[in-house]
Amino acid sequence: MSEAFQFDLVSPERKLASVQATEVQIPAAEGAMTAMAGHAPTITTLRPGVLRVTHAGGTEDYIVSGGFAEIGGTNVSVLAERALPAAEVTQTVFDAMVAEYRAAHEAALKNFHNEPGMVDDAARLLADMVAIGSHMGLSYRD
Amino acid sequence: MPSLKDLKNRITSVKSTRKITKAMQMVAAAKLRRAQEAAEAARPYAERFNAVVSALAASVGQSDTAPLLLKGTGSDKVHMLVVMTAERGLCGGFNSTIVRLARQRAQALLAEGKTVKILTVGKKGREQLRRDLGNHFIGHVDLSGTKTIGYANAQAIAKDLLGRFEEGEFDIATIFYAQFQSVISQVPTAQQVIPAKFEAAEGPTTDYDYEPSEEAILADLLPQSVATAIFSALLENGASEQGARMSAMDNATRNAGDMIDRLTIEFNRSRQAVITNELIEIISGAEAL
Repeated sequence: MSEAFQFDLVSPERKLASVQATEVQIPAAEGAMTAMAGHAPTITTLRPGVLRVTHAGGTEDYIVSGGFAEIGGTNVSVLAERALPAAEVTQTVFDAMVAEYRAAHEAALKNFHNEPGMVDDAARLLADMVAIGSHMGLSYRD
Repeated sequence: MPSLKDLKNRITSVKSTRKITKAMQMVAAAKLRRAQEAAEAARPYAERFNAVVSALAASVGQSDTAPLLLKGTGSDKVHMLVVMTAERGLCGGFNSTIVRLARQRAQALLAEGKTVKILTVGKKGREQLRRDLGNHFIGHVDLSGTKTIGYANAQAIAKDLLGRFEEGEFDIATIFYAQFQSVISQVPTAQQVIPAKFEAAEGPTTDYDYEPSEEAILADLLPQSVATAIFSALLENGASEQGARMSAMDNATRNAGDMIDRLTIEFNRSRQAVITNELIEIISGAEAL
């Protein structure tokens, strides 16, 4: 059993989790990372994805997007612009989220057609969203 | 002197007014509790967020490559005032104090020869500012349809504001709202959100690894910090509004009670006078026989 550390997951509207975790998988902007006790202090932004917390009582999944994670010496906090327990993400919620990112992608295509960076970013976010769906067994409708 | 019937009517009408104000007070008390809970729930996020962003801002500093949202446009010609008030009245001086603060600021800026643009959130503030500053209005956000204020509302306002900033419409943005302190005290507050101002972080700071670079993270987080500031302001405003309404309605209920007492005394006196009058008439009539 590895060492436990304090883990907090907060969104602007509420605190979703505050537990003694042993392992947290974070969908970081530059690739997923797993934080365990003694991880080097790191701050990283998040991309849409699944955040998995492992603690003494089992594991819990959350869908997060936007915001950042702060890995300190003794604690990990994730401040997500949007965070939902995986159980609350039904097909309807998922469809709405995908639709939102698709709209952002289309807006980027229209407004930034000569700035491929912005379009790529939006496309990546959309792809991340779709990937969440396949991870959770939700269908993606075009 | 009003007739007995008039007095009776007035007492009934004041009584029903008291019933209404009493009900409004109780509704406000229930809403206040919910608004306070919402404000409390949002606090951990805002605090942690500001701590990280201000640490980042301090280390990136005022370098040339710092994002515009942090270092500003380098000019202070055009000011954007975001005046956040309630959608509804009957809440004491709540709307007026915020409007007064905003108006003072606007007039001071105009006197210095600066350009002022006003974005109103909540229709009460808009109504009050329309007469003298109406020609500075550039937009309005209507929240009358929203029952509970969510982060999405704040994001929409922030998006609007950031869009205008990117278009170069203004240099400095300040938000006006009332900070909730207690049911009887709400402090009107002005807070500059663009360019962002942070208090220097205290104590030793941990040396973090940044992924991606510090500046990329900061550029990503600053727009979110505008939304966070607006969200906290909206929640504070929500709690303040209900607090102000609760104490205003409490006063109104008490005043109505006093008025009913006074009117009742007057009513009893006049009834007594009528009876005495009638008795005198009967007695003097009997004596005349």
